[in-house]
Amino acid sequence: MTAIGQALGGLKVIEIGGYAAGPWIGKVLANYGATVIHIEARDRPDGFRLQYPPYKDGKKGINRSGCFSYFNDSKYAVTIDVKKPGGLELARRLSDWTDVLVENMRPGVIDRIGLGYQELKKTNPGLIFMSTCNMGQTGPRAATGGFGSQLSALAGFCGLTGDAGGSPQLLYGPYIDFVAALVGAPLILAALDRRRRTGEGSHIDVAQYECGAFFLAGLFYDYHANGKIVERDGNADPVAAPHNAYACKDDEWIATSCWGDDEFKRLAEAAGHPQWAKDKRFKDAAGRRKNAAALDELIGQWTAGLTADQLVDILQGAGVRAYKVNTCADLFTDPQLTHRKTWRVRKHPEIDTQAHYFPGFDLSEQPGDVTAPAPLLAQDNELVFREFLGLSEDEYKELEENGVF
Amino acid sequence: MLLEPYRVLDCTGQLGWLAGRILADLGADVIKIEPPGAPLDAPDWRANNANKRLLSLDLECEQGRAAFLKMAAAADFLLETAPPGSAQARFFDPDTLAAANAKLIHVSITPFGRTGPRARWQASDIELMAAGGAMSLAGEPDGMPLRVTAPQSNPWAASQAAVGAMVALTGRAASGRGQHVDVSAQAAIVASIAHAPASWDLIGVNPMRAGAFMTGRSVHGAVYRVFWPCRDGYLNFIIYGGVAGRRTNQALAAWMADSGADLGVLADIDWANFDSTQATQDEVDAMEAPIGEFFRSITKAEFLQGAFDREMLGYPVNNVADIAHDPQLEARGFWADLPAPGGGSERHCGGLAMVDGERLAVDRPVPGPGQHSREVLGEFGFGAHEIDALIGDNVVADQ
Repeated sequence: MTAIGQALGGLKVIEIGGYAAGPWIGKVLANYGATVIHIEARDRPDGFRLQYPPYKDGKKGINRSGCFSYFNDSKYAVTIDVKKPGGLELARRLSDWTDVLVENMRPGVIDRIGLGYQELKKTNPGLIFMSTCNMGQTGPRAATGGFGSQLSALAGFCGLTGDAGGSPQLLYGPYIDFVAALVGAPLILAALDRRRRTGEGSHIDVAQYECGAFFLAGLFYDYHANGKIVERDGNADPVAAPHNAYACKDDEWIATSCWGDDEFKRLAEAAGHPQWAKDKRFKDAAGRRKNAAALDELIGQWTAGLTADQLVDILQGAGVRAYKVNTCADLFTDPQLTHRKTWRVRKHPEIDTQAHYFPGFDLSEQPGDVTAPAPLLAQDNELVFREFLGLSEDEYKELEENGVF
Repeated sequence: MLLEPYRVLDCTGQLGWLAGRILADLGADVIKIEPPGAPLDAPDWRANNANKRLLSLDLECEQGRAAFLKMAAAADFLLETAPPGSAQARFFDPDTLAAANAKLIHVSITPFGRTGPRARWQASDIELMAAGGAMSLAGEPDGMPLRVTAPQSNPWAASQAAVGAMVALTGRAASGRGQHVDVSAQAAIVASIAHAPASWDLIGVNPMRAGAFMTGRSVHGAVYRVFWPCRDGYLNFIIYGGVAGRRTNQALAAWMADSGADLGVLADIDWANFDSTQATQDEVDAMEAPIGEFFRSITKAEFLQGAFDREMLGYPVNNVADIAHDPQLEARGFWADLPAPGGGSERHCGGLAMVDGERLAVDRPVPGPGQHSREVLGEFGFGAHEIDALIGDNVVADQ
């Protein structure tokens, strides 16, 4: 799973925890060549293995979860029970071997296990140790545990989704976990860069809640500077009008928007209704916003008769911003995502073929890849402990007999 | 600082602003390049361009381009958002720039990526959130697909760009060579919808908008409420199953009892054996009625503290003001107060994270027009006469 010549080739990462926030960082690093080892315990496997669908053929099983496999491709998996004799020492050896450790448990838990940063850096001073959790390692509510789907509400995202005056809306899954992973990955690589120059390791404390603020930074600035509280407002925009989703034939939708009078004129002409642009109600953005209901009705009458693909071809052809509202199914046939090879199908021993997400960026000289399907539970114990760590056959057998694996 | 030795030329529009901000928080010297006279007062611009320096340079003219190329030859990173097919994109040609500086890490951030059948399609936030699958999953099940009211495509694209930039830097440490990083906002947004695509891929179920209720948990098809009106807004709370869920439900019942609230059917539930997957809609409704009554009597802040004290799952639905005044962020020194134009200070998101117990530094105020033009050009080897000529010809704006 280390492709020679990949940008992160030779980088060693271990991850302790599970679900999305930690493992998604490891997945991205693995896609560019890092050797990433996902650590679980047999009696406490990653929660994504058994807690959420989809499962292969709808049948639950420790190695059948499409949710787990989606976040853990290109990695190795080992099991360690730190409570069994020799287990903690084995985890310590892995921590001495690695460059990076990512953990996403509640603050304090990893210290209690005996794998805290202060302890590990005694024998691995160059270790980059990343803790990612809801609130961060310090502060009055540091001890809060919780799911990313709910943290997305605390962090403002759910409240900003929905119609004005209506209920907040769910975002699919633990939205903020992926936000935090994208803030976390550059931090790890930057800390490694410093280590190359100075030899110093670091403890990085990522609060997922804080990461969310960077995705709304302009709103916070506006509040602090001007006292303005931006609230959910359907699909409306303060500048563009029209700016909405419109139903098309076959239960499909498109999104389209006009950022100036010229663009609106092009939309009106493309729709075969040039008179819209001459209508006094729609002569400028302010008018179009004020009369949004009437305008949306007119545009909706036009879009209802055509498919989403027909509509976006017409609109893009006329120089108007437009795209089909892709469902999950559509993402697999989208021509642009197909061109980018966003989906990489790999064969898994129990799930069979699965399409894995490849990140939204790629490198010209050292392109990344999904190098392997997700690992089975404990799949790589022998490889990792014997070959990577160099345990002797006797040492390995003894740990096995002690029930460490 | 983590990235102290590196210089970044940041020529991005809004799609890429956050990428430079991330590198700046990591300690790189990020030079934001804007055309002379560009407006710099939009809240989004100010928030995402703190911690950078500013060079006002016209990249539309030959002189400005020549000056830029001289700088690119000595920079570590270039971040840009030129639309594919535009003259600007031809100027930021990866091969030309690599020939001028083999070590340069050149990051292009565009709506759909630099190449491909739709690379030249135009899109703003709403089209990108549609293209990346996010809108199909937000909104009422029988209603319209929705975007998050604050643009999210920009930070999704820019944060993946920052990861790409750092992956390329790591590669450069071994190879000595820079490379081109091609970022697609559409593909970046797909990361925001978690494992939803796997559902279609593996079991042929196309996930759709869930609205304000949790579906798919009960074998009887019962739906569980997620968002609850409270005294001053909404709460996010779900009657979960599982260990943590049962503990939460039990803690809520105890809290309601302590407050003298009517428990209704909750009084008789054996939480140790409660199974959320076996409840019918009538049973769920009966459980949710007293909970809804209780929640209407408390505030968001009371729920946040009470849920924390009782180790429950669930959070209030915050707005920006709630977050801005959260003592947790205050205690961690999250906000950075930087000098504002015309005196006083303005508040920004502070450094990205804490490293070795200290918040990453945000110590450069939002730059003003032309503020660093002279010093930056000087550092890149331009002589005083050259700089004067560039200013005299209106290619560079000074303070």
